[in-house]
Amino acid sequence: MSSVSVKSLDLNFGDVKVLRNLNIEIEKGEFLVLLGSSGCGKSTLLNCIAGLLDVSDGQIFISGKNVTWLEPKDRDIGMVFQSYALYPQMTVEGNLSFGLKNQKMPAAEIQQRIKQASEILHIEPLLKRKPAQLSGGQRQRVAIGRALVRDVEVFLFDEPLSNLDAKLRAELRVEIKRLHQKLEDNTMIYVTHDQIEAMTLADRIAIMRDGAVLQLADPNTIYNKPANKYVAGFIGSPSINFMDGDLQAGGKKFVSNGVEIDLKRYEFASGPREGSACLGVRPEHINLGKATDKGLFEAQLTIDVVEPMGSDTLVWSKLGDQDFRFRVDGQTKLKTGDQQVVHFDPERVSIFDQDSELRI
Amino acid sequence: MAEALEDGPRGPKPKRTFSRRNIILYGTLIVIALYYLLPLYVMVVTSLKGMPEIRLGNVFAPPLEVTFQPWVKAWAEACTGLNCDGLSRGFWNSVRILIPSVVISIVIASINSYALANWKFKGSEIFFTILIFGAFIPYQVMIYPIVIILRELGLYTKLGGLVMVHTIFGMPILTLLFRNYFTSVPEELFKAARVDGAGFWGIYFRIMLPMSLPIFVVAIILQVTGIWNDFLFGVIYTKPDNYPMTVQLNNIVNSVQGIKEYNVNMAATILTGLVPLVIYFVSGKLFVRGIAAGAVKG
Amino acid sequence: MATSQRPVQLFRNMSAKIAAIPMVLTALVIFVGCTIWTIVHSFTKSKLLPSTKWVGFDQYERLFSQNRWLISIENIAIYGICSLIFSLVIGFLLAAMLDQKIRFEDTFRTIFLYPFALSFIVTGLVWQWVLNPEFGIQSIVRGLGWESFVFDPLYDADLVIYGVLIAGLWQGTGLIMCLMLAGLRGIDEDIWKAARVDGIPTWKTYLLIVIPMMRPVFITTLVIIAAGIVKVYDLVVAQTNGGPGIASEVPAKYVYDYMFQNQNLGQGFAASTVMLVTVLIILIPWAYLEFGGKKQHG
Repeated sequence: MSSVSVKSLDLNFGDVKVLRNLNIEIEKGEFLVLLGSSGCGKSTLLNCIAGLLDVSDGQIFISGKNVTWLEPKDRDIGMVFQSYALYPQMTVEGNLSFGLKNQKMPAAEIQQRIKQASEILHIEPLLKRKPAQLSGGQRQRVAIGRALVRDVEVFLFDEPLSNLDAKLRAELRVEIKRLHQKLEDNTMIYVTHDQIEAMTLADRIAIMRDGAVLQLADPNTIYNKPANKYVAGFIGSPSINFMDGDLQAGGKKFVSNGVEIDLKRYEFASGPREGSACLGVRPEHINLGKATDKGLFEAQLTIDVVEPMGSDTLVWSKLGDQDFRFRVDGQTKLKTGDQQVVHFDPERVSIFDQDSELRI
Repeated sequence: MAEALEDGPRGPKPKRTFSRRNIILYGTLIVIALYYLLPLYVMVVTSLKGMPEIRLGNVFAPPLEVTFQPWVKAWAEACTGLNCDGLSRGFWNSVRILIPSVVISIVIASINSYALANWKFKGSEIFFTILIFGAFIPYQVMIYPIVIILRELGLYTKLGGLVMVHTIFGMPILTLLFRNYFTSVPEELFKAARVDGAGFWGIYFRIMLPMSLPIFVVAIILQVTGIWNDFLFGVIYTKPDNYPMTVQLNNIVNSVQGIKEYNVNMAATILTGLVPLVIYFVSGKLFVRGIAAGAVKG
Repeated sequence: MATSQRPVQLFRNMSAKIAAIPMVLTALVIFVGCTIWTIVHSFTKSKLLPSTKWVGFDQYERLFSQNRWLISIENIAIYGICSLIFSLVIGFLLAAMLDQKIRFEDTFRTIFLYPFALSFIVTGLVWQWVLNPEFGIQSIVRGLGWESFVFDPLYDADLVIYGVLIAGLWQGTGLIMCLMLAGLRGIDEDIWKAARVDGIPTWKTYLLIVIPMMRPVFITTLVIIAAGIVKVYDLVVAQTNGGPGIASEVPAKYVYDYMFQNQNLGQGFAASTVMLVTVLIILIPWAYLEFGGKKQHG
């Protein structure tokens, strides 16, 4: 039985279709990340699951119960917001206990839950403070605590780290991952536009665009076998190199600007074919030096710009007349104008149809 | 690949248009709205009735026989003291007061605010603070000394004197309004213009002015309404020939002599309220913005 | 080494200083100068003309022995307290109702706010007419068969100030509603979502979370209402002219009457100085909280 299941969900704001026929099944204990750029509908979907937005059509189930018409408080969920949304005039303790008191829970049990949650989140010393006296990271811990004390099955995170600076974000990201490992029975749905958060935290990632899910898969598949061109371009930094060209010889080779790539090793998703296509190769998958193996593709490039970043160096070059980026170790000495031989393995590329942009 | 839906709730939560919450909410709002509209309605119906009908009925009854005579009388014949040329005199006085007051007060305040926002000099903040505190001082404390000043300048009871008074007392709120707006203009823009060699006036006319048209509209709405509705300064700093419309209206309606002609009074009241009302209904959101800007501190 | 001469301090930024002259004059001559002049002359024997003959606190002793002044103070206190409470409560409730994502929000807001565009003179005259016992509300209720019904606040010395209050609230609550609505809209929407997930009922969210968060808005509104109350003048002049008898006199009217009609300037100066002191008592703690506090936080 799924922990959360979304069936044929539609949401319209007037004439604008914000979510289109979404179907998602989330297992108990799973960490699902909804990833996409702003306006793709990821937060809207989360709000629908929370019950903060009324859906236009379809159903939502949580722990097997149809919650489509239920109020948020009755859905067995807890939610963490980007702006923390702590009640500013209450202490941390007050924030944690407010909802419970409102349910008329006995004081002893409230105390017990607060104690437990604050231990998990290391916020015991902060209990008597007001939100204004806390740092951003501490505030977000308290906000997570407010969801934790509710003792619910599903946690919803709406861009919880976006208001924090880079260092805190990395710290809290690990904290959330640790929390998920500890609470292995709790399902988590996490909305973000940050692909690093998505890749590091998720069991599965749903990449959304224009109110639809483009690909729902584990991070490894998303990165290595993107289902379409948008996903390939969205994931990965620096982003993937695209080459426009043609599949020839029954799908045995890819030809672009006089460059010929042998596709014997490529695993076609739907069988080899011919016709115009787009080939994507990740900058990380390109290696310096001559091909050591006949199956590999080798090319000579002219180096355009070198961007050293310490741990590694990003190199901009031209392959034919197309931009071609690749990543090398930070110690490698390269300079503008150099000629350089590189190679990559056609097994690791992705090929997309030019019209449908789907993976071939 | 749509999955089969199960039985039970699906789609939007059913909402009844006539839920108890909606009935209470809209019911209350409508009752209150009627209460707010009532005086306007009473003014209009009274002004359209003849005196005999008024004496027979009540203020809320719609007119049986519509007559515009009270309007004509209020505009052209109603008496205040010795003048019997109606409210039209007050109307034109108000227009003559309004136009220069609005123009002068806004020009002075906008330039002044520009200096305060972008060309701060030593002491400018102190004067600004005094100015803002001045907005809270009851006018009554300052009115008599101003009489003396205006008399010395030969402007007492003249329209010019009243224009000056409106400019002075409009200054705090207008300065606050413009200063806050000019401060929000990106400083880089201002610096770029200075690097390009533009001076105080060049930047004002070529950059600030074109960028701040909306705030000028807000200021105009604020000033037109405020000056048109003024009573205190009009009654103190002008003489009967120059009385603005509000003062004349009060004199017509609250005159002790003669029988009270309620229909004429109400017609006169509407006529006086018409200018700000029209501005209010035409300007809509800008009016709200104007008063909010007027009310909320910088 | 070529050193360009440092410009004389006074002439730096000259245009800005020239532009600020009107503000400097207004701040110093009118707001500071005139206020001090009046305060000083409130300790003199000024009668028809300002005099410099020092009489100490005589004017104040006479002022507070005047029945009319004591009634004025009592009236403004009743009016002030009621006006504060009702404006805040009604204004907030209206704003909260408009904040429920209702249909026709703009229409309702327009209706609640339009009286604010009207002058106090127009407001006073309309309500004088609506509350007229012969034709207004009283006559209608009597017409419905309740012959002994009495509702003539403007002719009852004990109630008259409440009659003025009704008109004042009608005119001013729209503004308070607008300020409150802006405050409500400024509350982070996630707070509302969090409260819904926590299962807090709407009324409790308003009472325990939203209203405490709106404290600055309430304080600013409070100061605006309070500063306006002290100045109440036109409304009383138009609606009751202080009557019946002296039952609805207010301090601002006392000042005007003694300065410009009873030719007793000293009394006017003393009364207006008392008004100023009252405003300062309200204003100084607020300014201290609002601006004094900020400096510590940087």
